[in-house]
Amino acid sequence: MDAILELRGLAKHFPNQRAVDGISLRIPRGGFFSLLGPSGCGKTTTLRLIAGFESPTAGEVLLNGAVVNAQKPYQRNVSTVFQNYALFPHLTAAENVAFGLKRKNRPEIDRRVREALELVRLAGKESRYPAQLSGGERQRVALARSLVLEPDVLLLDEPLAALDPKLRKQMRLELKEMQRRVGITFLLVTHDQEEALSMSDQLAVMNAGLIEQVGTPRDVYLRPSTRFVAGFLGAVNWIGGIGLRPEVTQLLRALPANGAASRAATVTGSVFLGNCVQVLARLESGEEATAEMPRNGCAFEPGEAVYVCWNPSDEMIFP
Amino acid sequence: MTAAPASNSGWERLRGWFLLPARIWMAALFAAPFAIVIAYSLLTRGVYGGLGLPWTLENYRRVFDPLYLEIGLRSFWMAAATTAICLLLGFPLALFISRAGRRKNLYLQLVILPFWTSFLVRLYAWMFLLRDTGLINTVLQHLGLIHDPLPLLYNNGAVLLGLVYGYLPFMVLPVYATLERLDPGLEEAAADLGAKPWPALWHVILPLSAPGIRAGGVLVFIPALGAYLTPDLLGGGRTVLIGNLVQNQFTTARDWPFGAALSVGLMAIVGALVLLMLRREREGLL
Repeated sequence: MDAILELRGLAKHFPNQRAVDGISLRIPRGGFFSLLGPSGCGKTTTLRLIAGFESPTAGEVLLNGAVVNAQKPYQRNVSTVFQNYALFPHLTAAENVAFGLKRKNRPEIDRRVREALELVRLAGKESRYPAQLSGGERQRVALARSLVLEPDVLLLDEPLAALDPKLRKQMRLELKEMQRRVGITFLLVTHDQEEALSMSDQLAVMNAGLIEQVGTPRDVYLRPSTRFVAGFLGAVNWIGGIGLRPEVTQLLRALPANGAASRAATVTGSVFLGNCVQVLARLESGEEATAEMPRNGCAFEPGEAVYVCWNPSDEMIFP
Repeated sequence: MTAAPASNSGWERLRGWFLLPARIWMAALFAAPFAIVIAYSLLTRGVYGGLGLPWTLENYRRVFDPLYLEIGLRSFWMAAATTAICLLLGFPLALFISRAGRRKNLYLQLVILPFWTSFLVRLYAWMFLLRDTGLINTVLQHLGLIHDPLPLLYNNGAVLLGLVYGYLPFMVLPVYATLERLDPGLEEAAADLGAKPWPALWHVILPLSAPGIRAGGVLVFIPALGAYLTPDLLGGGRTVLIGNLVQNQFTTARDWPFGAALSVGLMAIVGALVLLMLRREREGLL
């Protein structure tokens, strides 16, 4: 595998916290890679170590096979889209995009700026200042400002967090599409598992300064290697040491005839979610399970005796 | 809903009362004296000083006498040089303080420490340091570095030194205030986009601190333009600036109408500069 970016035993210890505690990772060229984890798990510090804003306590950052630990942020061929975008408020959209090209003395600045703004669909807004742009437009300027430099890796620090939910979902598709079109390696940092699952070719799940699992979205969702990963990527019913996603958990009134596994349970309540109904049940062991049932299926009443059933191939088993 | 406008106008009335002391203060201590100065400037000097009739514009004609224009021009350059030097010294200092972490407040206290003593006392301290038999010359002579004392006092350089010394905090504090509010992410973004530290300072931090620089410039330039104590003490009467000229007219020369006309002229220049600054600020220029 051709890794454009590689982390070897990378660690960053702050006086009171081991933000990153020794992680190794190979990020393939030209893909969409995500670092997913809860706040405080060290994902943003990892990004800052790659960009050069922090220097590691231990370990190495390799870009294109060369160790870049000693390089300053302005020497590294990576570029960051900041969470708050960090656009220069005294410069227009076009001037913001031209900023890096000028500092790096690249030729044909006007043409590159025009193309970059067209890429992010901001043609016509070149001379607006950041204060005159909407949140989504500002983000596009931030993207254009970084993409125009054709970095080896584009680092995105929670880029969608500041957008409203509707725009956020739309931007997921756009970002993914943009990554395919420009072919630049994207490294996204996010705490939103839906975001990471929907956009990434591969993702790494981080927790407490360490990487828990690396894999495709399908891998980490369906075959999580730790309980933490299973719980962070979605809801889990824990039944006798195995994990089950609610969408593969079924409630039946009679024992299933096929090879399905089952436990006797009592319905404790239900929640109408629009696209489905979540039915809660308590097993005889005292464990709670949630089943996502079709909306037009039969209604379960609290107190009703049922069987919680699942297909054994859907079980998530941890050592 | 019907009560809201009534309570609003209640607040309006209350606000009027709160502003009353300030209004009285401004009327009694700014507007009235200013009107008196304008009135004086249009009268004729009395035979034994003081004021007399007839009303005249003669005082304003005299303001444009080449002798006085030269003093005005010299004052302007002196104030401009003071402002420029205060900026050159004050900006790096403000930048340093804004990044000093937990020591910020200590350094800010040090910047305003001189205000704890009278400006007059501090100027006398400078005279003690700079005069021919002063500390600096004595030490240099004892070290054998010089034979005759250096002419450190009673010249333009000494006046400029005193002005910069006196007004530096007025540059440092507003510049610090803008730098302190700057998003540190902007500097990271500049570095991220390939800007080395100096280009980042020049293209990002400096333009964004323009409001503070503008405020500091006004706060230094205006008092420097009208300064009279510093040139009087450190210039030894050789460096006459417009402030000293006005003071002379009201004291030794006993020509109140001309002194008043000079004052009005000075105020007109300052007023025009402030208006120009405000307009540039509205247009978002430095």
